Amino acid sequence: MSDDKYLLARRNALKCMAYGGAGTLFALSGGVFTPIDLAVAAVDKQGAARLGKPLFVQISDTHIGFNKEANPDVAGTLTQVIDIVNGMYDQPALIIHTGDITHLSKPAEFDLAQQLFNRLRTTEMHTVPGEHDTTDATVTEYFNRFGKASDNRGYYSFDHAGVHFIGLINVLQFKPGGLGTLGEEQLAWVAADLKGRSSSTPIVVFAHMPLWTIYEPWGWGTGDADQLMNSLRRFGSVTVLNGHIHQIVQKVEGNMTFHTARSTSYPQPIAGVGSGPGPLKAPGDQLASMLGITSVSVVKHPSALALNDRALV
Amino acid sequence: MNMRRTQMMLTAVGMVLLAAMESYVPSIAETTDSTEIMLKDFMFNPTPLTVKAGSTVTWTNMDDEPHTVVSDTGMFKSGGMDTNESFSFKFDKPGTYHFTCSIHPRMVGTVLVQ
Repeated sequence: MSDDKYLLARRNALKCMAYGGAGTLFALSGGVFTPIDLAVAAVDKQGAARLGKPLFVQISDTHIGFNKEANPDVAGTLTQVIDIVNGMYDQPALIIHTGDITHLSKPAEFDLAQQLFNRLRTTEMHTVPGEHDTTDATVTEYFNRFGKASDNRGYYSFDHAGVHFIGLINVLQFKPGGLGTLGEEQLAWVAADLKGRSSSTPIVVFAHMPLWTIYEPWGWGTGDADQLMNSLRRFGSVTVLNGHIHQIVQKVEGNMTFHTARSTSYPQPIAGVGSGPGPLKAPGDQLASMLGITSVSVVKHPSALALNDRALV
Repeated sequence: MNMRRTQMMLTAVGMVLLAAMESYVPSIAETTDSTEIMLKDFMFNPTPLTVKAGSTVTWTNMDDEPHTVVSDTGMFKSGGMDTNESFSFKFDKPGTYHFTCSIHPRMVGTVLVQ
């Protein structure tokens, strides 16, 4: 094989790998999500253009402080993610962090995470805590830094570009066996928050642990999420975003799309494989393809949002 | 004479057995006196752990993933324990004490204090 042919073959192989790692685009039109393979979207420039301006980027599970074999440099991979976001042609209006900012809730871990986040060109960031952010004895390190938006309750809502955003906390109480819990008080608050809103308002709900049951033996779900869904069901476009499981899992149910994001730190096994949901050592040089972010764009304002997962490579 | 020798031999065998038992009994006592609980492969081991009142129990995380030890009644709570980190608590009163890992709540364990 000549060098030229080899290089061309290699380039094409790398291109396929990049698209494979980057995942799938989801375009929502009139309440129905349509999956578009990224490789197709990249060829179909018009299709990609229709995805519109990025509304926000979801970053999840940065686990600053983790230093084991699965990724000895989580600050480095978060920095790469931040470079990708800063390099986006259209800057997202917001950043949403779906928790596990730190690994062990230590002040130095939160401080380093904030230093890194300060490099983001997009300065408006909204967060919810993960269970790794609330392991300090007094559960104050997260709230001292990020509690203001929610009056230290952990749940809050805001509006941006006609979209209603709801941040929820499901990591403070657990059902026996391990599923997360929202609790009566928070559920009543959501019902009141949504009351009187037009059903045509696009809703984005974000929380750390999945708001639907992905795998109960590992606690990958929220025990009282059904009550939340009752409040959300009448809306024409509901996007539910979570982290926690360090991999993409999606579900579409009526007008609701559920999506978990990749982490920026280390992968975890797929449900039920191995002794538990611990760090997974990626084979060979595949770590970067297993880390990434999700960007969400307005496709057909105000009724449509599109999700786009992007890996580090 | 023969009978007496046999009796002596039996006595000797008995004494050896007794000595063996004596050296064996304390090792059992050591096992039950253990106040260590390991956190490994997303499980507490052993559970339940039986200790005497006044004992200090030490939990040690052997996983790559952090864990915590949180009493169901709020009596004790560790912070996040990284790999090889430990947490200890002294149990003064007899009773049954349940605990979980707040990061992985399906991990449950019990200390029985006598």
